[in-house]
Amino acid sequence: MTELLQLVSFGPGGWGFALLIAAFMTVSVAVCGFLIGGVIGAVIAWGKLAGNLPVRFSADAYTTVLRGIPDLLVIYLFYFGGSMAVTGLFNLWGEAGFVGVPPFAAGATAIGVVSGAYQAEVFRGAFRVLAKGEIEAGKAAGMSPVLLFRRIIAPQVLRHALPGIGNIWQMALKESALISVTGLVELLRQSQIAAGSTRKPFEFYLIAGAIFLVITWLSQHVFSWLESRARRSMPGGIV
Amino acid sequence: MDPVFVRDSFLQLLSGVPLTLELTAFAFVIGLVLAVLIALMQVSGLRVLRMPASAYVFVIRGTPLLVQIFLIYYGLGQFRPTLQSLGLWQFFREAYWCGILALSLNSAAYGSEVLRGALLSVSRREIEAAKACGMSGLLLYRRIILPLALRQALPAYGNELILMVKATSLVSIITMMEVTGVAARLISETYRPVEVFIAAGTIYLIINFLLTRAVSMLDWWLTPHLRGLPTTDKTEQAK
Repeated sequence: MTELLQLVSFGPGGWGFALLIAAFMTVSVAVCGFLIGGVIGAVIAWGKLAGNLPVRFSADAYTTVLRGIPDLLVIYLFYFGGSMAVTGLFNLWGEAGFVGVPPFAAGATAIGVVSGAYQAEVFRGAFRVLAKGEIEAGKAAGMSPVLLFRRIIAPQVLRHALPGIGNIWQMALKESALISVTGLVELLRQSQIAAGSTRKPFEFYLIAGAIFLVITWLSQHVFSWLESRARRSMPGGIV
Repeated sequence: MDPVFVRDSFLQLLSGVPLTLELTAFAFVIGLVLAVLIALMQVSGLRVLRMPASAYVFVIRGTPLLVQIFLIYYGLGQFRPTLQSLGLWQFFREAYWCGILALSLNSAAYGSEVLRGALLSVSRREIEAAKACGMSGLLLYRRIILPLALRQALPAYGNELILMVKATSLVSIITMMEVTGVAARLISETYRPVEVFIAAGTIYLIINFLLTRAVSMLDWWLTPHLRGLPTTDKTEQAK
């Protein structure tokens, strides 16, 4: 046990500091991906609800395809595909050789694209709960579409979507471990490095798992706090 | 974009399909057995049974699958002498069995949550009626509770099955050549990620489409009481 503590200590020879930075990296790439996913999800949900036939069809195709394909493939697509595109662009400029996209950008985009498909479904489900009369009342009060969205639609949809959004956040967080394949030094990659240099894979993967568990546990609490806050104006426990 | 290359990669990727299906099937069956046990432990009302089951589900669902795979495949390699003396090394040195173990443990945790919800949904009246007929213990579970719960759980469990197919892609990172593994090899050989992605994505979408159809057919077959009059049924669904 003391040996384990020595491995994660912050002093010389300890990996504590490196793991802490890696944990920050995990959280930031997951947050960026999750936010990108929120924007994509909102647009796709809007397309599903309000679009004409081609728009609705494309939105449906997007969610079906992205939810049916492994995340790892999407990460490969964005990392290698992005690098190919950037290299091609640089070669046009006259510079030869391979240019890679930053793993952070590729990873966050990949998480965003996948979680966007899931978020779209959650937003769409939450929008259905919205009473038609409220939107009509907003329009009758002379609100422009933007104001209507900001004041009436967004707050209520977000409130109802919160539990589903919480699940998707947990998914995005765990998905971020896959970005280690692109070489981004997040929690899992850092553990791999540490495991390789100390020849103690079991300890380090256990530690990585424990840190992930702490992060998911904390976010569970944040989301249930947010949910209870969002439900203040809804007496009687109507979800 | 080169359609001929997409077709060629598609044909090459087909060689990974049997392994993907095998991993899914193994993990699904083992996972289902464990999931039933864990779910029963959770609803048993006995603290000694409930606590370890909840802890298990919490830990597995709170950590990324890739970390679990690494922990089992690379981490347990550290205990090679011990495992050899126990005769378990044959098992743990194979990426195949480690992959199946990790996927099964995962599917057990997620599946047990679905089943727990389903077990709780079995109405108290049916259980009371069965008890009044003199059923108790195993007979009650075998004839009344489990069939009702499994039927209730089927649609959600179908979603878990799709997630399982997607999750098998992760064992490609520990050298297994299933569809994603073959795709990664093709990408690194040809530097054409977009075409390979389209081909591999198509394969996953076909697998998932067929599985979804199979689950909904099973669901249809198991719920004759909901079919009733076809005309009213359709209008109900339209709503």
